[in-house]
Amino acid sequence: MADEATRRVVSEIPVLKTNAGPRDRELWVQRLKEEYQSLIRYVENNKNADNDWFRLESNKEGTRWFGKCWYIHDLLKYEFDIEFDIPITYPTTAPEIAVPELDGKTAKMYRGGKICLTDHFKPLWARNVPKFGLAHLMALGLGPWLAVEIPDLIQKGVIQHKEKCSQ
Amino acid sequence: MNRLFFQPHQAGLSKVQAAEHTLRNINPDVLFEVHNYNITTVENFEHFMNRISNGGLEEGKPVDLVLSCVDNFEARMTINTACNELGQTWMESGVSENAVSGHIQLIIPGESACFACAPPLVVAANIDEKTLKREGVCAASLPTTMGVVAGILVQNVLKFLLNFGTVSFYLGYNAMQDFFPTMSMKPNPQCDDRNCRKQQEEYKKKVAALPTQEVVQEEEEIIHDDNEWGIELVSEVSEEELKNSSGPIPDLPEGITVAYTVPQKQEDSVPEVTVEDSGESLEDLMAKMKNM
Repeated sequence: MADEATRRVVSEIPVLKTNAGPRDRELWVQRLKEEYQSLIRYVENNKNADNDWFRLESNKEGTRWFGKCWYIHDLLKYEFDIEFDIPITYPTTAPEIAVPELDGKTAKMYRGGKICLTDHFKPLWARNVPKFGLAHLMALGLGPWLAVEIPDLIQKGVIQHKEKCSQ
Repeated sequence: MNRLFFQPHQAGLSKVQAAEHTLRNINPDVLFEVHNYNITTVENFEHFMNRISNGGLEEGKPVDLVLSCVDNFEARMTINTACNELGQTWMESGVSENAVSGHIQLIIPGESACFACAPPLVVAANIDEKTLKREGVCAASLPTTMGVVAGILVQNVLKFLLNFGTVSFYLGYNAMQDFFPTMSMKPNPQCDDRNCRKQQEEYKKKVAALPTQEVVQEEEEIIHDDNEWGIELVSEVSEEELKNSSGPIPDLPEGITVAYTVPQKQEDSVPEVTVEDSGESLEDLMAKMKNM
């Protein structure tokens, strides 16, 4: 899996119960509720640990998600928009998170800004279907990706800080 | 498979558009229908299923065969979901991350293992992966490996459609050792895909309804008038048993292994926190999130 710190964070994220995808009507609504409950808890945990690093919301059907993420580097806070669709094979397959404004700026990314995750992620996700949800995707997918890519992009001068002060 | 068509003058076109242009130049008598979208989204998936059911040679009839030439697990699972639901025979193909192995697989829903019946199969490499892959670097690709896999895929398609030779249910290609493992895999009765399980039931009924056939073998005896040198014929029959099995860890022949295993029992060493049903409605929860 990931490092010790990530493992600890993930163990405190509530796991989900319902194995349903966006085509499963009432069961999908149940799954969505569980996703929100898990996400809310994760964000609360983050706030308590002084590491509130993302926000997410969805359309009414819960099939399209969007939000923001933040990364602090050298006392400066960087903000990025994020988005993803729920694939019809969810939760067997994880959604592909996209950071559109970084499209083309790093090799660890597909066309359109979809981030490229490590070898470890897919088998890990597959072993934990349907317990893992969007909160786990953020913690195990986007989080580690930002931690590796953003400092590198800053150092290379590819991204510059906007007028945002650190909080 | 999905990038072999691009030529420099086609820069700017989507892969399917470039493919259509190149193929049309090769054979103008072929009919093409091109769609360029992500099949995994809810909207596009319905359209995708619709074209499988109605996009046959005669509009309104289903296609005869679906060939999957995509390069990611998610798209394959999506095609698998569609074909299980529609009872559509298809062939899946792929090339490994290190570009030195590939495979094709024939999937007849209910009759052979579907893509979700077992974890992804991997053609055993028998090489030190470190010599090929550097940490942190993404997948390699070799158009030569892709060309070979494309060739064996189309070969299998011809045999299937024109009914000659042996159609392989699975044919792997190990480029490093030039090893071509073949096998077939029965469906998993506990497959996660509900439709796969349903198709298995339908297939069992179909098989049960068939009359039992007795196979009569006729053997010709070759007789020679004289055998001055005492020549004997020794029959060379190499036995290759294809192992069929189903279950959590399939019993696979030499050269094929699973990418990973899924544990049957829960690991109860670490207690997990499950979501609680607080009785709040979905709207309440969405609002709560917004106000954080």
